[in-house]
Amino acid sequence: MTLNRRLFLGSSIAAAGALAAPMVRAQGKPRVVVVGGGAGGATAARYIAKDSDGAIDVTLIEPSRTYYTCFFSNLYIGGLRDLQSIAHSYGTLASAFGINVVHDWVIGVDRDAKTVALASGGSLPYDRLILSPGIDFIDDAVPGWSVASQNAMPHAYKGGSQTELLKAQVEAMPQGGTFAMIAPPNPYRCPPGPYERVSMVAHKLKAENPTAKILILDPKEGFSKQALFVEGWQKHYPGMIERIGPDFGGGNVSVNPDEMTVDIDGDVQKVDVCNVIPAQKAGLIAEAAGLTEGNWAPVNPTDLSSTMDENIHVLGDAAAQGAMPKSGFAANSQAKVCANAVRGALTGSTVFPARFSNTCWSLIDTDDGVKVGATYEAGETEIVALDTFVSQTNETAEVREETYDESVGWYQAITEDMFGQA
Amino acid sequence: MPNKAIPLTVLAGSLLAEPVLAQESDGEGLYQQCIACHQLGPDADNLVGPHLNDLIGRQAAGLDGYLYSPAMDAAGADGLVWTTETLDAFLTDPSGTVPRTSMGYGGMADPQERATLIAFLTSQSANVGFAVDAEILALKGDPAYGEYLSGDCTACHARDAGEGIPAITGRSRDAFVTVMQAYKQGAITHPVMTMMASRLSNEEIAALAAYFENAE
Repeated sequence: MTLNRRLFLGSSIAAAGALAAPMVRAQGKPRVVVVGGGAGGATAARYIAKDSDGAIDVTLIEPSRTYYTCFFSNLYIGGLRDLQSIAHSYGTLASAFGINVVHDWVIGVDRDAKTVALASGGSLPYDRLILSPGIDFIDDAVPGWSVASQNAMPHAYKGGSQTELLKAQVEAMPQGGTFAMIAPPNPYRCPPGPYERVSMVAHKLKAENPTAKILILDPKEGFSKQALFVEGWQKHYPGMIERIGPDFGGGNVSVNPDEMTVDIDGDVQKVDVCNVIPAQKAGLIAEAAGLTEGNWAPVNPTDLSSTMDENIHVLGDAAAQGAMPKSGFAANSQAKVCANAVRGALTGSTVFPARFSNTCWSLIDTDDGVKVGATYEAGETEIVALDTFVSQTNETAEVREETYDESVGWYQAITEDMFGQA
Repeated sequence: MPNKAIPLTVLAGSLLAEPVLAQESDGEGLYQQCIACHQLGPDADNLVGPHLNDLIGRQAAGLDGYLYSPAMDAAGADGLVWTTETLDAFLTDPSGTVPRTSMGYGGMADPQERATLIAFLTSQSANVGFAVDAEILALKGDPAYGEYLSGDCTACHARDAGEGIPAITGRSRDAFVTVMQAYKQGAITHPVMTMMASRLSNEEIAALAAYFENAE
């Protein structure tokens, strides 16, 4: 049955007990705390606030005042977008949606007391907690590299200053120099991301430094949209890009940031820029809260609730949910399902069946866009794919330009979906 | 075919325009090759060639008041109707498709250009040969469910039309159902929209239509 809040509050204690469904506090509104203001967290906060119409108190905790999206950051590196175009603030979420936006770090979760501890001191209580912390890097995943050396060898795999740094380093490369990328093993954020990045670096080098080389050191046998990227690289950047896969030592790589060298299975090479994208795990707070198994936080496919704590949901890159890739689109999609479920649990609003979708666009060169996508639903224990599509090799320039134009429209839409229309 | 049917043109352009007609403006550019002989628009007249309003779905040689070649008259009498497929064949090689046609145009070799032009002409037509079953159109959707489902749409469709992706709000219920059913049933195709629409039940499309009809 559908049970709205007013009806519920008006019903007798006995009836409420018998229904034993939605949790409504005797005093004050139910409280949702969302940790992480990216595609998962910002979307979840906005949807819960928007759809509950003030019936739920929503707090969003995100350290950055300005959020730089990871998606489209490669286009910034390639010189096709400016930094401002991928920067977003949380002002609309506060002013138009009444969300309490707190710029702080969550350093701990007390699951018994149902509170989160803030780096600045103090704590916040929750009835439901939504963690959408994105990724962190696995220590020593690339021997010789650590966060301490990310200035010499940037990862640029979280948007913002690292993205700016990598772009500046590409621009400062000597003529004919070498750009090396150490690609991550599966699973990681944005499967086509490293290869779109190579495309965008090549796009820039082709214009500014045409004799430069790009070296991809890859521990994976294959990668997302491989046929499309390889075709595009041959077409737009012939002879510029070399990829060394695991058969030729691409999986046995260490670095020396002081010397700016990479050791590929015993062969030491000097490089001019080294983009190290290490192996990844759930954002640290998921682990600190005791919600991870291995590197990721397992969740139920119906509502993204943790398999270890029914009052905590984990969204996006950090979640082990099944078949969906770790993408901003996927996090946004999961956030809406989670928001619907959380609202239902706290106010008795109708909870509809989980349904998910994803599309990932990548840009190979100006107006040469490709995409891959799928629809998903909740299976028994994890999210499962229903239907998929992928761009084809040999598509016409017109189709590729349309695909790129779509990605521009999508960027506009998803950032409005996350942050509200500024 | 049921008698209560809504032609696709209730869509008034841009939503339908997106999939097939993503390059409508380019199609309009290509149409400049035709304009010396074929007019379009509310004041269109038959000139050297017949006007092209509502061309899709029209029987060949089907306009009163225009003197067709005997070849085209015969083709129409034989059952030739202008669809995206038949137009594509005709535009590839007019005199090979309808020998002795009086259309003095050599043909458009590039399939993409033909598709773009045909998409543009389709946008100028009142009937693209797709109509929704009256029963489907009559379904009453639950706007609350539609609001939930709309999360799948708003990841890509901004409130205002974006580059490459049209707006999704501000359409009548019937228009919304018609275009989504056209995707679902394959009358128009687009990789993303075909996938998204094919997973939606008729009731879900009705729910979305009920929600978007009043969404801001």
